[in-house]
Amino acid sequence: MTGSPTATGNQEALAIRMEGIDKTFGAVRANRGATLEVRPGEIHALVGENGAGKSTLMKVLGGLQRPDAGTLQVNGRDVTGWSTSDAIAAGIGVVHQHFMLVPTLTVAENIVLGMEPTSGGRFDYARAVADVEKLSRETGLAVSADRKVSELSVGEAQRVEILKTLYRGAKILVLDEPTAVLSPPEVRELWTVLRKLRDAGGTIVLITHRLDEVIEISETITVMRAGQTVERLRTADTTPAQIARAMVGREVALTARDEAEALGLKMQGEDVALGFHPSDDMTSAIRVTDLVVLGANKTRAVDGITFSIRPGEILGIAGVEGNGQTELIEALAGLRPIASGLMRVNGHDTTLENVSERRDGGVSHIPEDRHRRGLILDYSIADNLVLGLQNEFAKRGIMDGDRISENAQKRIQDFDIRPPSADLPAGNLSGGNQQKVIVAREMGRAFSILLASQPTRGVDVGAIEFIHSQIRAARVAGKAILLVSAELNEVLALSDRVAVMYRGKLTKVIPASEASEETLGEYMTGTKKEDAT
Amino acid sequence: MNPISFLTQMLRISVPYLFAASGGVIAERAGIITLSLEGYMLTGAFAATLGTHYTGSPWIGLLSGIFGGLVFGMIHAVATIRYRANQVVTGIAINLLAIGVTRFFLKLAFASSSNSPRIEGFGGNNAWHGFDNPLLWMGLLVAPALGFVLYRTPFGLRVRAVGEHPEAAASLGIKVSFIQYVAVALSGMLAALGGVFLALDQHQFTDQMTAGRGFIAVAAVIFGRWDPVRAAIACLFFAFAETLQIQLQGTQIIPSQFVEMIPYLLTIIALAGVVGRAVPPAALGKTAE
Amino acid sequence: MSSRLREQLEEALFPPIVALLVALICGDLLIMSYGQSPATVYRLLLEGTWGNAYGFGQVLYKATTLTFTGLAVSLGIRAGLFNVGAESQLAAGGFVAALLGLGLSPHLPGIIAIILCIIAAAFGGAIVGAIPGWLRVKFGAHEVIVTIMLNFIVLALLNYIVAARLHMPETLHTPEIHNGAIPRLDSFIPAFHGSAANLTIVLALITAGLAWFYMFRTKRGFELRAVGLQPDAAEYGGVSVGGVWMRAMILSGAIAGLGGVNYVLGYKQYYEEGFAGGSGFLGIAVALVGRNHPVGVVLAALFFATLSQGGLAIHAFVPKQMVEVLQGVVILAVAMSVPEVRAILRRSRKPVAA
Repeated sequence: MTGSPTATGNQEALAIRMEGIDKTFGAVRANRGATLEVRPGEIHALVGENGAGKSTLMKVLGGLQRPDAGTLQVNGRDVTGWSTSDAIAAGIGVVHQHFMLVPTLTVAENIVLGMEPTSGGRFDYARAVADVEKLSRETGLAVSADRKVSELSVGEAQRVEILKTLYRGAKILVLDEPTAVLSPPEVRELWTVLRKLRDAGGTIVLITHRLDEVIEISETITVMRAGQTVERLRTADTTPAQIARAMVGREVALTARDEAEALGLKMQGEDVALGFHPSDDMTSAIRVTDLVVLGANKTRAVDGITFSIRPGEILGIAGVEGNGQTELIEALAGLRPIASGLMRVNGHDTTLENVSERRDGGVSHIPEDRHRRGLILDYSIADNLVLGLQNEFAKRGIMDGDRISENAQKRIQDFDIRPPSADLPAGNLSGGNQQKVIVAREMGRAFSILLASQPTRGVDVGAIEFIHSQIRAARVAGKAILLVSAELNEVLALSDRVAVMYRGKLTKVIPASEASEETLGEYMTGTKKEDAT
Repeated sequence: MNPISFLTQMLRISVPYLFAASGGVIAERAGIITLSLEGYMLTGAFAATLGTHYTGSPWIGLLSGIFGGLVFGMIHAVATIRYRANQVVTGIAINLLAIGVTRFFLKLAFASSSNSPRIEGFGGNNAWHGFDNPLLWMGLLVAPALGFVLYRTPFGLRVRAVGEHPEAAASLGIKVSFIQYVAVALSGMLAALGGVFLALDQHQFTDQMTAGRGFIAVAAVIFGRWDPVRAAIACLFFAFAETLQIQLQGTQIIPSQFVEMIPYLLTIIALAGVVGRAVPPAALGKTAE
Repeated sequence: MSSRLREQLEEALFPPIVALLVALICGDLLIMSYGQSPATVYRLLLEGTWGNAYGFGQVLYKATTLTFTGLAVSLGIRAGLFNVGAESQLAAGGFVAALLGLGLSPHLPGIIAIILCIIAAAFGGAIVGAIPGWLRVKFGAHEVIVTIMLNFIVLALLNYIVAARLHMPETLHTPEIHNGAIPRLDSFIPAFHGSAANLTIVLALITAGLAWFYMFRTKRGFELRAVGLQPDAAEYGGVSVGGVWMRAMILSGAIAGLGGVNYVLGYKQYYEEGFAGGSGFLGIAVALVGRNHPVGVVLAALFFATLSQGGLAIHAFVPKQMVEVLQGVVILAVAMSVPEVRAILRRSRKPVAA
């Protein structure tokens, strides 16, 4: 932790002062009366769970979104509702979570875009390259100016993003989840750069939901929850537990995994006892051997993974996003071909089966991206509740409307989907209720394996609790569950065993009772490795 | 076969393609699908005829033709950029509109449903074989000029950024819509010049005189992989094939219908990626939310 | 439930209404530029189409072809594919039907000959539709460009065959078919005398009904619409996206091909170069205005047929080309107002709270 000279002390002009910011998108209220105060020359962490409204608040700051209500001051000047160009001119630089780079252009072209050096009306590319190289030397952000962005690694691309803002003379730098895609050495390098910029008089706002980072790098912390600012803390005076409590709004339950049995939870839905098929190995409902899955550019996104899950067991996969979790789940669901290795479900080889065959064989899947995969937003709730089950709900090729609406009524009631109108398009529901539709469909039917990927991402607290209780109840009912989540808390709270995925491999598998954030963190960042069995 | 007459004929055939394909390249590089080249050409041809007819000056005709293309280009731009209309539908509607408008006003201005009276044109000195026509030279230079604009000016860089990743451009304060408006307006004016050339070269406007040339230009844009110079080479090649077919007429070696198919077949082959896949600008056809 | 239906109707009906108003205003200007009175011309337009049996018969005839091409385009759009190739699919359907009609013996019972020729038409269109479908699934070649290019290729090919092998001297058409002619409506209702309207209209309505049933009641239709809305979600739901695209393009081509029946079997009894005459492209307009719903498509087909026939009725006062301008205006106005109306309506509705 760095000792900052800035005292809590008196009201010098704030670098950023946002007050009462409201912003609504369709059915979602992303910000409601959010506030943010950042002093010049500090590293300020803006934390909160996914969907807490951090990114929206920063888009308002960067001029990409106009707030519905509230005021924004930068360096003491009221600039509410300004444009992107105004924000850039005033020295605000935003590094977005999803890189804003044009892949077909070179590094230099991307950096100077919009402020191109010219000579006689021509775009002076040689000078652009020279300028970028000079800036790169001065800041220690190494890039090769003449390369195409499509050829860069993630770390390099991020350096280009930062250089882009510095080229425009940014004094206030906003970074949205900058470490989500970085390797540990790249993260350390980023911290060095940020401290250097801060020492040179820059102000930095870091958006993140990782507490270790917050503690390590920031001086002040603003915590957001459900679109509101709930706490403003001095890093030196706080603890991770305190920040976590503020983020979640309650004590974080790290030891709730046996709560289900204790409360005698009952699973919702059809099946309570789907008989286990006799398998060659009764200890595993799903067994995966030496699984290899190719990702983009034919890289081995999943690089020889072996594991098995018993009926009534939850295996949680922890790891920094982008280490092959998406590819693993998609391959198990049948959405991505398995390059080599074997997958057996209840003793039955499913390696070559397609999505519907696996679903018929008892594999249920809660996909990580409900808007892209999990739901058809223009379809009604009733139709979404039979997506993937259309064969079951059709008679001689014709959809059975009566059974579909009967099914919808039952699921809506059992899973408390609100509003309870089966004809409403799924796109009109809140995030939590959309997720409940998926959970109702996947867990309301007869199944034996559940692949749950980021099951509570971007949903409200009530829905999180509900979904967690459903997963625990499924465990009690003897289902084998593979849980992937970017929230370490969630993995620890639900799993019987925890595996850490790093660069396509499972680097550690331990019982959850022996796992802690600290030990897992080391494996997640690759500082420790140990091939799991 | 006389090589000089072959060359002049080929160049005369290629000029409308060269203009229209350049128009297609600039708009599509900015991310706007442009199936409306045919409509711009037809409008350009008709407006040039009106201008020349009423003033006697082909230069005024040329300016009117450009203006006609600009008007139709702006219709496309407003529909697709401001109103986020489907770009394919809009392009097709503009082609239908151009046919209807030119026919209606042909009737109104010249009381004919087939053609205008004879108008002045450029050049005409037989000794020059058509090389005294300034539009011919403009047509041959338009692709390199556009290449310069796209790859050597700030505006061109912005056009390329907007067509590939509009959000990135917007995040740097570039007015994405403005760039697209300018690109589509240029596209209308350039393609219209192709029509102007046709009308002045034939010394009259005839109903639907562009006869699908706008779609050959679309084919050239794709076959040239959205690059001005490669698209121009495609135009010259298509014109070469056509000239060959005309010169061979009577010999019955290849039926004309098969020569007509060449540009279209090549485009499909290019799209299917048999020889180096044609990859469009990433944001082509996507309307901003 | 009824409010949901009302919302859908609002979204579907506002754009065509806006477009109609815009078109009326443009029409006023064009008519006045000709020194005529808009009221008189519009009255003539209506009288010449819906006001007498012959005009109405012509409207029905034109609407029949447009119903087929409009349905073909809508089915593609519902699957997320833009079929701009209805023009050549229509021509190919007519051509294959005419070929079979030429080959059939005149002694074969008429009803059997008709059914065979109809199947042939669907087959001809399906072949032309299958090519872009296959290129899309296999190579990712964009169907818009492929179908446009294929229009030129197929039409040139058919022209070559007719010109080189099949044409009657001094004409661009084939000989008359020997069997398979579909009766005209004037053989039942004499008032239609002279109009080209024929029983193909029944086939068009049946096709519209079947298309509706397929898209909205069958499992295949459920999957087809899912692919059109969100291919990734459909894939997640176990649907083969490539399979749906292939099926959709074949069906779309087949429906467009059926449109050839109207001219070849119902009207002229021969295939003629250029008979499609832009009906394929107008099918895009019909689908757009009809909001890709079979009921809307039938109504939109009637509307565009009325415009087209109406042009002839007013020709003495204002050139018939006026309606071509109006067609373009209507398409543009609908294309522009669809996203706009949706945005405005969605903004005005209250978001549903969690």
